[in-house]
Amino acid sequence: MKARVQVMLKDGVLDPQGEAVRHALGSLGFEGVEGVRQGKVIELDLDETDPEAARAKVNEMCEKLLANTVIESYAVEVG
Amino acid sequence: MHAAVLVFPGSNCDRDLAVALERAGARVSMVWHKDTALPEGTDLVAIPGGFSFGDYLRCGAIAANSPICRSVVAHADRGGYALGICNGFQVLTETGLLPGVLLRNAGLKYICKAVALRVETADSPYTAGYAPGSTITVPIAHHDGNYFADPDTLDRLRGDDRVAFRYVDNPNGSVDDIAGILSQNRRVLGMMPHPERMAEPLHGGTDGAALFEGLVAQVVPA
Repeated sequence: MKARVQVMLKDGVLDPQGEAVRHALGSLGFEGVEGVRQGKVIELDLDETDPEAARAKVNEMCEKLLANTVIESYAVEVG
Repeated sequence: MHAAVLVFPGSNCDRDLAVALERAGARVSMVWHKDTALPEGTDLVAIPGGFSFGDYLRCGAIAANSPICRSVVAHADRGGYALGICNGFQVLTETGLLPGVLLRNAGLKYICKAVALRVETADSPYTAGYAPGSTITVPIAHHDGNYFADPDTLDRLRGDDRVAFRYVDNPNGSVDDIAGILSQNRRVLGMMPHPERMAEPLHGGTDGAALFEGLVAQVVPA
């Protein structure tokens, strides 16, 4: 079973990389980009076959390692 | 004092840190990240700068979950001393021994230069060798040194006099100019600047030496 984790900086945490991307888009002529937030996607291959058990396991992985919940939020997709 | 300097794949300040501690009078053991226990009688764990595990995932995150770091957390929990410099500070925040995180520098660039720091408290074994309010010059060398913590945490750090060092001229966007912080019991210090790189005359200055000398003089066995 596959799982996909999206990790993003929480609202209110300054994202200097996203800001740099926003400036670069502006200098390329893309107007009207009011904000850019950059995150990461982590894909996992699991031997678990039960979606709920997989989700619980991946949530635990996020809490312990994949995300730093001081500054990051995460979303898990399973299946 | 017996100091254990941790070594991860990608650590690059481990030997400098060991030399600075030895010069101050400490006995030093180098400890590999796969070891599960600290040497018998370890008083201080010193976590060096560098790029542990290539900064993969987040700076310090993989190192913080390595076998030796479980022993480091247990050591700190029972009142042992721990010093994290640069990547070591990032590791300490990732273990939860110190609050907050180190974000990418506000200017997005890696910065390597000597900076002025203000010693904000002398009330710790690490800063006892300095006059509070004094300014020292110590190098920084980091891409992710932008300290961030939520307002409640910052209030607590300030209220408990746990900000050890502030930048005189903030180079990286750190909230409240914070360069180094102490744990609640004042025995764990994390700082981005490198005192071990300003610890003998050949370095161009010796402002960092007092940190190690003060530490060796103050530490009582855990």
